[in-house]
Amino acid sequence: MAEAVNDLDCRDISKNFAAFKAVRDVTFSVPPGTFFSILGPSGCGKTTLLRMIAGFLEPTSGDLLIKGRSMLDVPPNKRPVSMVFQHLALFPMMNVGANIGFGLRRRGVAKAEIAKRVEAVLERVGLPGAGPRGVDELSGGQKQRVAIARCMVLEPDVLLLDEPLGALDLKLREHMKIELKQLQWEFNTTFVYITHDQSEALVMSDQIAVMNHGVFEQVGTARDLYYNPETAFVAGFVGESNRFAGKVEEAGGGTLKVRTPSGLPLMGTAAAGSLAVGDAVDVFVRPEAVRLSPTSEGVAGQPNVSSGLVDSVLFNGANSRVLIRDAATGGEIDVALPQTGEFHSLKRDDPIHIGWDTAQTLCFAAAGEGS
Amino acid sequence: MLKTKLMSGLAGLAAGALLLAPAAEADTLRLLTWGGYAPENLIEKFEAETGHTVEVTLSNNEEMIAKLRATDGGGFDLAQPSQDRIAGAQAEFGIYKPIDLSKLDAALFIPSMLEATKANTTYDGKVYGVPHVWGTSGLVVNTAEASGVKDYVDLCSDDVAGKVSYRLKRPTLIGFAFSMGLDPFAAYGDEDAYKEILSKVEEKLISCKPNVKTYWTGGDEITNLLRSGEVVAAMAWDTGGWKLNAENSDITFVAPTSGALGWIDTFALPKRGRADEAAYAWINFVMKPENAALVTESAGNFTASKGGDADVNAELKARYQKSFPQEAIDNIKWYPPVPAGLEAFEGSVLDRVNAAN
Amino acid sequence: MNASGKRLTLILLMAPLLIWLVALIVIPHMEILYVSLREKVGVREYEFGFANYMVFFNEPLYWNTFMRTAVMSILATALTLLIGFPVSYYIAKLTRGRSKTILFLLCLIPFWVSELVRTYGWMILLRESGLVSGFLQYIGLASEPIEFLYNDAAIMVGLVYTSMLFMVVPLVTTLDSLDDSMIEAAYDLGGGGVSVWREIVIPHAMPGIVSGCIIVFMLSLGNYLTPILLGGKDSLWFTGLIYSQFITRFNWELGAAFGMLLLVLSSTIVWAGLKLSGQTLTRTVGR
Repeated sequence: MAEAVNDLDCRDISKNFAAFKAVRDVTFSVPPGTFFSILGPSGCGKTTLLRMIAGFLEPTSGDLLIKGRSMLDVPPNKRPVSMVFQHLALFPMMNVGANIGFGLRRRGVAKAEIAKRVEAVLERVGLPGAGPRGVDELSGGQKQRVAIARCMVLEPDVLLLDEPLGALDLKLREHMKIELKQLQWEFNTTFVYITHDQSEALVMSDQIAVMNHGVFEQVGTARDLYYNPETAFVAGFVGESNRFAGKVEEAGGGTLKVRTPSGLPLMGTAAAGSLAVGDAVDVFVRPEAVRLSPTSEGVAGQPNVSSGLVDSVLFNGANSRVLIRDAATGGEIDVALPQTGEFHSLKRDDPIHIGWDTAQTLCFAAAGEGS
Repeated sequence: MLKTKLMSGLAGLAAGALLLAPAAEADTLRLLTWGGYAPENLIEKFEAETGHTVEVTLSNNEEMIAKLRATDGGGFDLAQPSQDRIAGAQAEFGIYKPIDLSKLDAALFIPSMLEATKANTTYDGKVYGVPHVWGTSGLVVNTAEASGVKDYVDLCSDDVAGKVSYRLKRPTLIGFAFSMGLDPFAAYGDEDAYKEILSKVEEKLISCKPNVKTYWTGGDEITNLLRSGEVVAAMAWDTGGWKLNAENSDITFVAPTSGALGWIDTFALPKRGRADEAAYAWINFVMKPENAALVTESAGNFTASKGGDADVNAELKARYQKSFPQEAIDNIKWYPPVPAGLEAFEGSVLDRVNAAN
Repeated sequence: MNASGKRLTLILLMAPLLIWLVALIVIPHMEILYVSLREKVGVREYEFGFANYMVFFNEPLYWNTFMRTAVMSILATALTLLIGFPVSYYIAKLTRGRSKTILFLLCLIPFWVSELVRTYGWMILLRESGLVSGFLQYIGLASEPIEFLYNDAAIMVGLVYTSMLFMVVPLVTTLDSLDDSMIEAAYDLGGGGVSVWREIVIPHAMPGIVSGCIIVFMLSLGNYLTPILLGGKDSLWFTGLIYSQFITRFNWELGAAFGMLLLVLSSTIVWAGLKLSGQTLTRTVGR
C-alpha cells in the first residue's frame, strides 16, 4: 500500500492584497476523515485561506494540493471541494430538491439518478421527503442540513464550512455543533471549518489551527491548545484566563519567579522556550485552576497564594464565576466557582483566600507588538 | 399613458381657468396667437400706452381650436385663428363670441380684406373675425439645385428624389389638388365631389412618398433642412423662404404656377374671454400702420393694416415683389371657410398617406 | 387609540393619494370613456353608441398602426433589456463604492435635459449632414452623405436611449440584492458561466426584469416625441394618431376611443407578458 495521501495539503501559502499580507506562509496538512478547524479572530486571514482552498482567490505564492494533486490551475467549479457558506447561500428560486440536485445537473447526471441521490442524501441528513419544499419553509437547522446535503451529494474530497453556525441563535447553535460532528462522522468526509467561536472549534474538531495575523500560531487537538498553549495568543484566545504582566526575577529548575508591576510575586512555568531573569513576560492562569478557601489554611502549601474580597458572583449554573478583588494589588482575579456546595452562600465583600499551582501558571515572553 | 397626460393636461387647463376666474383683472389681455405676431417691443409700447398687460401664448390653428374647445371658449381673451377655420369651428363647438364692429376703427383696415374676412367668418348672421396678418404657402426652392420645381406636383419628380419635404396637413392636400388641375374649393359644398378629389390627391401623395425626406412639422425644422441642403424643395410658408433668401440667395420662395395658397389670420374673441375692452384696444392698436410695420418686421408677413407696408424695410419688400409679380398675386387661392366636419375626411386621407410604405 | 380614530387617521393619511388618484386618474378616464361612447351624428348632435370603437376595428390602418406600435415597443423593450442587463450587472456586481455611484449617475445624466433636447441630440448625430455621416465620410467608409434619420431604426435608437434608465434602475436594485455568495455557491457546486446566469442570476433578477420591461414597454408605447421627430415620414405611432384625432381633427370622440383601446390593449399585452414569464404583478411591484 502506498503511503496515505492527505486530503488537503497547504504549502507555504501566502496571499497579499496590495501591501497587506492577509495570509503568510501557512503550511498544514489534513489527513482523510478529519474535522479540521481554523480558529481565529475576525480579520486573522482565515476566510482568505478558506477562499483560496475553494478557488475563489488565487494564492500569491505557495501550493495547494487536494489528494496530492495541485489545485492552483483548477477553477472553483472543477475542484473536488464544496463549500457551505456563512449564510448558506441556498438558492431561493429553487426548492430543496433542485438546490441539492444543482451540482448533479451540472455534471450531467440522468434525471432519475439525480432524484434518487437527492432523496438518499436527504435521508442521511434527516430530512426525508423534503425535496419539494421551498427553501423559505425550512427552519434554520433544516436549512443548515440542506446546505450540507447540497455539498455532500457531490461527494467532495473536502467540505469547507465558513462559520455556518454564526447566523443561528444560541440554543440551535449548541445543538448544531453536535449535529455537524455527527454528520461529519457519518459521511466520513474531511471537513475544514473556520470560526471565531472557540467553543465550536473545541467541541467538534479533531484538529484545530489557531490563526492570528495571517499565520498559524499552533495546530493541535482541543486538549493540546487548552492545556499546552504554545504562544501567549493561544493561551489568551483559547479558553478563559487571568492574565498578568510581569518581569522574571528568578529562573531555574523549570520554575520562574515573576513579579508584577504592582508587586505581586508569582511562581510559574515557562510554557514555550526558555526565559531569563529580567525578561518581560505574560502570565496566564485559568479560572478553574485557582482554588478557593474561606481561610488561609485552606490554600496553605500552594506556591501562589493571595487573599481578597469577593467583588461579585457571576452565577451561571455549572459555569459560575467569582470575581475577587486582590487585597495586596487591587487587581481583579477571575475564579471558577466549584459546584461542591461549599461556596453556595458566597456573596459580595466576603473575605476569601485563593491559591494555585506553579504548573498552572504559564509564562510566555511578552509580545513585542502592541496587540 | 398618453391619455392620462392629455386628459390631465386638459383637466389642468380647466382647473387653471377656474382658479384664475375670481382673481383675474380686466386689464390683463391673454392672447392666443402665432409666433412673431406680438413682438416684445410692440407689447411694451401697448402696455405703456394703455396700462393693460399682455400675456402671450403661442400656438397654431389646430391647437387654438383644441384649447378653446377644452375650456369651452375660456382661458384666453383674444385668439388669432385663420379666417377659414372660424365659421366651421363656431358651428361645431361654439367657442367664440361675435365681434362688436362698432368698437373697431374700420378705417385702419384694408377695406377689401376686411370685407372678405367678415364674409368668411360670418356664422348665423354674426361676424366672428377681422383680419390681421396675411400670407401664402407655396414652394421654397433652392434654385441652384432644383430649378425645375415650379409647382407642387414637381416635388414628386425624380430630379429631387429624397430631397423634398412638405407637411402632412390640409394645405398640402389643397395645394396638390390645385396643381393636379382640380379645384377643391369649388367642391367644398359637395361632399362626394370633394372626397373624389381627395382620393386622387391621396394616390398622388402615396406615390410621391419615396421622394420625401421627411414630413416637416415646425417652421424651424424646415428652415434647418433647407439651410443644410438636405432638402432642396419644399412646400412651405413664404416668410420662411424670404428669411433663407437673406442668408443664401439661391433659396427663395416661389409662387407655384397653380397659385399660392393665401391665408389670413384674424382676431376672434373666445366665448368666455373676460377682457374684451383690452382685446378691442389691442386690435385697434396693432392695426395702426406704424405698429403693423413692427409685426411685419417680426413675423415676416404683411398685415391687413392700411398703409402698414409703408414703413417695412426695403429688402423684405423686394423679396416679396420678386416672389409675387402681379399675375402671381392675382392667382393666389384664398381659403374659403372650411365647412364643419370636412377635416374628418381629410384626416383619414392624411393618416393613410402617413401609413403608406 | 380606538378603532374609529385609527380609521380616521388612515383616511387622512390616504387622502392626498386618493384625491390624486380620483382627480387626475379616475375622473379623466371616466370622462374619456364617456366621450368615447358619444357617436357624432351631426353638427353639435351626439348619441350613445360604439361607432368610435368600430372605426378602430373596421379601418385596418388604425389596427395596423396599433400593431406596429406594439411590436416596435416590444422590440425596443427587448433591446433595452439586452443592453441594460449587462450594464446593470456591471454596476450592481462588479463595481464598488464611488465608481458605482459615478456609473449610476452617468446613466442618469441624459435625464437632466428634456426629452426634446435629447431627441434633437440624436437628430444632430444621425441626420444626413450630421456627425455620424460626416465621420464615416472622414474615415473613408462612405463616399457621400448617408441619411440615418427618418426610419424605424432611428426610432428604435431613440426609444432604447430614452428608456435605458428605467430598465437599469430596477435591474440594479434586484441584482444588488443578489448575495454574491449565491453566485459563488453556484460556481462551487460545478456551475459554469451559462448555467449560473440561467439558473441563478436571471431567475433572481426576474422581478426587476419584469418591472423594467413593463415600464419600458409602457413608456415606448406612450412615447410621442421620439417616433415623430426621429421617424419622420415613417413615424406612424399610435399615440400620434390619438394626438391628431384630438388636436388636428377635432375628433375627440374617436381620439377618446383610441385612448381607451390603448389602455385596454397595452394592459392586455402586459398581462400576457406576466403570464408568459410566470410572474405576478404583486411579486414584481411588491419587491
